[in-house]
Amino acid sequence: MTKLTPNDFSSNLPIKWCPGCGDYAILNSVKKSMAELGIDHEKYVVVSGIGCSSRFPYYVNTYGYHTIHGRAIPVATGIKLSNPDLMVFVVTGDGDCLSIGGNHFIHGIRRNIGLKVLMFNNRIYALTKGQASPTTLPGAKTKTTPYGSTDYPFNPMLFAVGMRAPFVARSIDTDINGTSSIITEAAKNEGFAFVEILQKCVVFTDKEFDVFKNPETKDDMIVRIEDKKPMIFGKNRNKAIVVENNTPKIVEFDPSIVPSNLTIYDSSDVNLAYIISSLMPPEFPLPLGIFLRFAKTSYENLFYNSVKDVATPSSVEEILKESTYEIK
Amino acid sequence: MNKKTNKSVNITNKKMSVIRFAGDSGDGIQLVGTQFANATAIAGNELSTLPDYPAEIRAPQGSLGGVSGFQVAFGNESVMSPGSRADFLVVMNPAALKVNIKYLDRGSVVVANSSNFTPDNLKKAGYDSNPLEDGSLSNYRVLSVDANYLVEETLKDTGLTKSEILKTKNFFMLGVLYWIFDLPIEVTAKWIDEKFKKNPKIADANKKVLYAGYNYAENTEMFDARFNIEKGNLSKGKYHNVTGNEASCYALIAASKKLGRKVFYGSYPITPATEILHTFSKLKSKDIVVFQAEDEIAAICASIGAAYSGCLSSTGTSGPGLSLKTEALGLAVISELPLVVVDVQRSGPSTGIPTKTEQSDLFISAFGRHGDSPLVVLAARSPADCFYTVYEASRLAVKYMTPVIVLTSAYIAQGSEPFKIPSNSELKNFEIEKLPSADLFKPYMRNPETFVRPWAYPPMKGYEHRIGGLEKTNIAGNVSHEPENHQIMTDYRIGKIKKVQSDIPPTEIYGNKDADMVVVGWGSTYGAMMSAVQLANSKGIDTAFINMKYLNPLPADLGDKLNKYKKIVVIEENKGQMAFVLKGNYLVDIVSRTKVTGQPFTTEEILNIIEEEFRNR
Repeated sequence: MTKLTPNDFSSNLPIKWCPGCGDYAILNSVKKSMAELGIDHEKYVVVSGIGCSSRFPYYVNTYGYHTIHGRAIPVATGIKLSNPDLMVFVVTGDGDCLSIGGNHFIHGIRRNIGLKVLMFNNRIYALTKGQASPTTLPGAKTKTTPYGSTDYPFNPMLFAVGMRAPFVARSIDTDINGTSSIITEAAKNEGFAFVEILQKCVVFTDKEFDVFKNPETKDDMIVRIEDKKPMIFGKNRNKAIVVENNTPKIVEFDPSIVPSNLTIYDSSDVNLAYIISSLMPPEFPLPLGIFLRFAKTSYENLFYNSVKDVATPSSVEEILKESTYEIK
Repeated sequence: MNKKTNKSVNITNKKMSVIRFAGDSGDGIQLVGTQFANATAIAGNELSTLPDYPAEIRAPQGSLGGVSGFQVAFGNESVMSPGSRADFLVVMNPAALKVNIKYLDRGSVVVANSSNFTPDNLKKAGYDSNPLEDGSLSNYRVLSVDANYLVEETLKDTGLTKSEILKTKNFFMLGVLYWIFDLPIEVTAKWIDEKFKKNPKIADANKKVLYAGYNYAENTEMFDARFNIEKGNLSKGKYHNVTGNEASCYALIAASKKLGRKVFYGSYPITPATEILHTFSKLKSKDIVVFQAEDEIAAICASIGAAYSGCLSSTGTSGPGLSLKTEALGLAVISELPLVVVDVQRSGPSTGIPTKTEQSDLFISAFGRHGDSPLVVLAARSPADCFYTVYEASRLAVKYMTPVIVLTSAYIAQGSEPFKIPSNSELKNFEIEKLPSADLFKPYMRNPETFVRPWAYPPMKGYEHRIGGLEKTNIAGNVSHEPENHQIMTDYRIGKIKKVQSDIPPTEIYGNKDADMVVVGWGSTYGAMMSAVQLANSKGIDTAFINMKYLNPLPADLGDKLNKYKKIVVIEENKGQMAFVLKGNYLVDIVSRTKVTGQPFTTEEILNIIEEEFRNR
């Protein structure tokens, strides 16, 4: 088989996202991962709900299903459970996944069905033109919160880690290489994978993530989480997150002499992942990277293992062979 | 086949008999009722059962609200419903007697566990004195059995606790009944062994008590009569006493075998449909994929996903669940994917009366979605017919790439009757729209005759395609908001369902075809209506009878057939939904006769309606 390229996964349909939307970059990241994974087109299924992000399946030339609001995870569950050989991606948004689809998000993680869930978080209901979403920050002004949002926002990372999803990661739309490498790793890990991708909405939350992108501010506002490495950040690489007695704090140091006692990140450490998930600006930089990754048998594998010695009856007569009677 | 008895007994021959078991909801009434029904089946009878139980798992002991009932009619081929009057009432306490005495006619038999007729229980049931002793039951034959004492005597040396011993009393009463009707007791003994195989001590105790009950009747002078009930006219073959819920599950498995695909059943527990999920769960395998979802919506959505990946896919539910599934049903309609939905109707609206029957989901099934959202609706007429109707639904779903709703009801889903087990070769073959070669494939290309689109699914190489809830262009299947295209696609979706008419057999007319009056029912009223129509015609009340199975689309010949009659009476367990549909479709005058008590129509009630409408014709 010739090596596939990201372009091999283009459906060549006209893309309907607004010019400048963060979704374009994420599309490129996903296509890059699909090519890297070396899986044939026909084994990919991309399932989405409703929202701007959920147009996604039309733009990759794999199998795809654009379902209804909030229901991508259960539809994808039926696909994956009926055929575990398929690589099933779910593309969803903050409203689709956390609000109307919240119950399915909970139970998808609980079961550990082998879906790779990419949640594009633009902190707004964009397709319906700008209402507050479950991730809208307190005080944010939207069409439904003209005096500033009074809702407490949903932290999906904290939730996914708390529910012990075996793969939890966060990236940002513009970082195509970083996002793509996370998606590739998500696809390789057995079971449910949750990837939050911060995505700007060019119309309603255009400046939302600028501090994480602006070369002047981003190094102080982002901390990249990498396995076996300290959580160093800052324009001068002179700060780090350390965790002592389950409490995170920022330490500063002379970058030419990196202290040897910095906390080393370990993505298999659930407690560490939980602490890192709770970090939010302005007190802390925003963590990006793979927060949690461990081996956990998937729902579909548990199901098929549990019935591996069960023969399928060949007829109704065989099902009922113990409880029939004969009229002669 | 009467077993030898050592005493002189009167033997009464009867065409049929109706037995009603009643007791506390914790007394194992459903269990002994089912065992009794199975024994009559094995004896070669036709039978029909009606479980009648409260929603509470364990209602307050001895209370009127906690009475659980189970009725079995058995006998010759005239048995078509569980009957409305009982010849035998088996009661475990005063409350059961109080609630059920109304089902007895003069001369009927009451078999009572007299041990439970304590002052306390009598008070809870509202009796001032003990009806077993005060002469108030003088119109009936009363057989008092001190069952608690008798099981304690039977099991006194077993080391079981008093509470364990008392739990066996239902089997004592069953043993008594087996003697009265001379039914095969061994079948229940075998069943007890299987049921309690992890606890042989309990199994032995129950069996001992069952036989003790039988021997007690044999050895006690009070029992001086036995009944010889006529056998059914069943054709030769292998049978199983099946409930409608079991039959629905078996049909989907049989259909998946015929189709050669996995079957997927996604469901959420809901009364009275849960037994479909239970039956499926016992049969899970790599080809029988059963998914207990987090809610009704996830259940149907997972099933739609499985249909997209090529399974024979299905879900089951009852009213409140069907309400929750409606949006996803619309997705299945626009996606044009095959999906079987079994709706076990119960009394609504809202939570309504979860354990009681009704036929009030016709409107939501045929019309209950936003947009023009057509699908196929079928109705099953009896427990065993659930098999054939769900099988037919599977066949139509795949052939026409459409969701199909099958309306059963609590009455036939939980009731049972003999089911002749079909071999695979007796079942209809499946037809699937031919899939063109990959280079010619388009997701919304259509067969010009049937308007059906082909079913390609992952991981078929070269057939990768995208579908979804947004309107798609005809043939190519890309997202489209074009006005003309929406008209075309809507017309195709409706036209395709209309084409199902070519698959519907001619409408069968029972009773006196040449009568001036026709009574029309649908689904689960079949048995009671058929019995009533036969009785009416035998009395010279000329009546034709139609039982509808195909509710959407309606059979092409139905309008003409209805129009032949001067009077059309539609009888249904809702406030006139089918009457409305038929008026709207055929502009005919219809008399609508309805009942919504949570109880199925009885033969007597239908007969009264027929007589009234005949008089007023």
